[in-house]
Amino acid sequence: MTQLFDCRDAFANALVSLARADRRIVTVVNDSIGSSKITNFGEEFPGRLVNVGIAEQNMVGIAAGLANGGKIPFVCAASCFLTARALEQIKVDVAYSNANVKLCGMSSGLAYGELGPTHHSIEDLAWTRAIANMTVIVPADPIETEQAICAAAHFKGPMFLRISRMPVPIIHATDYHFEIGRAACLREGNDITLIANGTVVIRALQAAMLLAERGVQARVLNLATVRPIDREAIVQAATQTSGIVTLEEHTIFGGLGSAVAEVVVTTHPVPMRILGIQGVFAPTGSAPWLLDYFGLTPIAIRDAALELIEARQPV
Amino acid sequence: MLNDPRELCARANSIRRRNLIMLNHAGLGHTGGDLSATDILATLYFSILNIDPQVPDKADRDRFILSKGHCSGVLYTTLAEAGFIPLAELDTFMQPLSRLNGHPNRNKVPGVETNTGALGHGLPVAIGTALAAKFDDATWRTFVLTGDGELQEGSNWEAAMAAAHYKLDDLVLIIDRNRLQQGDATERTMHLEPLADKWRAFGWSVREVDGHDHAVLLGTFRSVPFELGKPSCVIAHTYKGQGVSFIRDRAEWHHRVPSKDELTIALEELGDNGHDPAL
Ligand SMILES: Cc1ncc(C[n+]2csc(CCOP(=O)(O)OP(=O)(O)O)c2C)c(N)n1
Ligand SMILES: [Mg+2]
Repeated sequence: MTQLFDCRDAFANALVSLARADRRIVTVVNDSIGSSKITNFGEEFPGRLVNVGIAEQNMVGIAAGLANGGKIPFVCAASCFLTARALEQIKVDVAYSNANVKLCGMSSGLAYGELGPTHHSIEDLAWTRAIANMTVIVPADPIETEQAICAAAHFKGPMFLRISRMPVPIIHATDYHFEIGRAACLREGNDITLIANGTVVIRALQAAMLLAERGVQARVLNLATVRPIDREAIVQAATQTSGIVTLEEHTIFGGLGSAVAEVVVTTHPVPMRILGIQGVFAPTGSAPWLLDYFGLTPIAIRDAALELIEARQPV
Repeated sequence: MLNDPRELCARANSIRRRNLIMLNHAGLGHTGGDLSATDILATLYFSILNIDPQVPDKADRDRFILSKGHCSGVLYTTLAEAGFIPLAELDTFMQPLSRLNGHPNRNKVPGVETNTGALGHGLPVAIGTALAAKFDDATWRTFVLTGDGELQEGSNWEAAMAAAHYKLDDLVLIIDRNRLQQGDATERTMHLEPLADKWRAFGWSVREVDGHDHAVLLGTFRSVPFELGKPSCVIAHTYKGQGVSFIRDRAEWHHRVPSKDELTIALEELGDNGHDPAL
């Protein structure tokens, strides 16, 4: 069995290392120390962890103020409450004011499974990427998570990062170099392109293997930065392959698929399939069960890709 | 309607037993907060609320809003005991496609008034229902239960102002004052005291009671509104995990659930419930 990792560990370790080297780094939480796995950070830097209690709006406002005072605040809170509850603070205090705040949306997507739609964060990419000045990043594995957190600390400006708790395998090589705004090509192929990010990248890779069994060579792109988007990689995919399938742990309205489509239709229109949560509140079920329920299985992804290819063949 | 606190006590015991069995079966849930609120819910559902499980949406029903929606476990078991949903359905808690999601959904479960789970939503919605009753000169009342950590959400204080402003004496806020939140004690996280003074300063009529004493709860809820023209606030002093020694008053039981062995001991501690030999 492939070993699986909870990206919150890589996140928390990176944060502690960065904080050792840079005194400006502080964390701001909403009774979310355990769920963000930053107990160690709190023990090592007790004076640099601000727990505002269960008060997300206050949390984000305080982070903006800390940034104004020269700190580099990492807000660590369940993504659902961070983005939904404090969206205006994110827009005005952080993005519009261009405050150097790193918003870390923990346990994003469907990770909270059976806790239900209040806890699912499947709109966070649509909300944050619609806001000017925001950089939006969705790491796919512990290697990318660690590098994205380092990049966030060194980048000056508002940023939203999704940090999942859903166990994922390592998908990047140890010499992988994460760069903000740059898609990573995980598999070459010129028949069709699969674009994913975060926890479902592994599912895209699995689908690509199923496609290869059918003689279809799929290119797989990990589009970790949703904003600013890697237009060049998308245009290349549109011109060099016969279509694009996107998949995301997010609603299909306004997320990764929409972001890709915005580039595709305005540059080199090709047929697309956008896989994700189909604009409904999820039924009860665990996170992996829900991903399957919403058609994010390797087989369903393969079939979507095959459909796309078939539709392109002239009858 | 039960009038005898001893009968309420037996009901509460039955709810605790079923709840723990359900949590163990699901392997998920919020044990501590369920148990701290059990006596409050038992008193409301079996002695106070004007509700009808046969007509769960009758227009003149009293509204009960569980703002601390993570304690869906105690709500579902209470609704099942009160006949709103089948007792057997409790086995489906958190299972794929179950109506019994981790946080309550009014579109699925009869008796649920509004969807909660994100904290700090119940009181504003309760202001709305209480206002609606006032507009119609209706006699039904609104009861809303919040956690204490939950009060750190600013929305509660916006609602607190509105309730007094509109003189909502048909509204009763019950605060489950178990002094613990998710990670630690409330007073170590973001302190709330002096809590009663805060509510008084916001224009509410406040009583502090033992949230596990059924006779006291009964008397308190029967005497609302405490003052005409003011919303009523009951600060119910409780223990998270009340009823089971190794769960009581321990922060780590916020979202831990009992293992099979722990369940056996817990049920032994709770003892017979006198209602249902199956339990
Ligand atoms: C808006 C929001 N922020 C954070 C959470 C996560 N959360 C769930 S329960 C909880 C602690 C609640 O403490 P309290 O209100 O005291 O409830 P109780 O002790 O009765 O369980 C937290 C932080 C949430 N559900 N909603
Ligand atoms: Mg509490």
